[in-house]
Amino acid sequence: MTIELFYWKGCPSYPEAKELLEEVLSERGIESGVSMREVRTQEEAERLAFPGSPTIRIDGRDVDPAGAESRPALNCRIYYLPDGRVSPVPTRKQLEAALT
Amino acid sequence: MTLTLTTEAPPFDLPGVDGRNHSLDDYAYADALAVVWSCNHCPYVQAWEGRMVELQREFGDRGFRLVAISSNDADAYPEDSFEAMQARAEQQGFNFDYLYDEDQSALRSYGAERTPEVFLFDRDRRLVYHGAIDDSRDETQVSERYLRDAIEAVLAGREPSVRETPPVGCSVKWRS
Repeated sequence: MTIELFYWKGCPSYPEAKELLEEVLSERGIESGVSMREVRTQEEAERLAFPGSPTIRIDGRDVDPAGAESRPALNCRIYYLPDGRVSPVPTRKQLEAALT
Repeated sequence: MTLTLTTEAPPFDLPGVDGRNHSLDDYAYADALAVVWSCNHCPYVQAWEGRMVELQREFGDRGFRLVAISSNDADAYPEDSFEAMQARAEQQGFNFDYLYDEDQSALRSYGAERTPEVFLFDRDRRLVYHGAIDDSRDETQVSERYLRDAIEAVLAGREPSVRETPPVGCSVKWRS
């Protein structure tokens, strides 16, 4: 299993996303490490179809397919909680579902 | 360079989403003035902006005014264009002025680095609190309401007990 976390340093949410992802992986007994991939330029963002930081892909699939199509940009990515509120990190359920 | 505590509020004169220009002097009547660096596209701002509306609602008739300013480069971030700002203010029912600092002159004079980032000024327009609105972007997890407590203190003629906190949010988007 390939687990990639794409991030941009201008957004402070990626350490929290990494911690949550590693928690979920540990709970599920998944030993694959998280590959941290920094995105530094708009050109890289476009080449990688990076819709914002953090973006997590499991075997190449985005954990939030609905947000994956947003315009590539160096910004903080928006995730939505089940109650409609906004979050800068994916939910635990999104990560669990992506690993199922 | 970010403003330091007790510094006087730098002047600004910027277009608002209501179609009028707003200057610092227009808020001279306010006993407490919060200038909040903001924008449209940042999830941290979106998570906090409901609390900005709530603060204006709660303290508005006691002499408090909140003003939000977006300085982000709208060429690189079209979600932060003036037209998009007008749409968001309408959709979210903003009860505060939302101003567009297109040439980033206000950003340079205040030295904001994040969105959202609060500069609270007292009656004499001296900076009395700088930083975050509260201690969690998740409103269900808030335990310290920094800005609310600072507003209460200023309106009561006291110094806030907490005067600086690290702003948490997206970086401001400078023009290249």
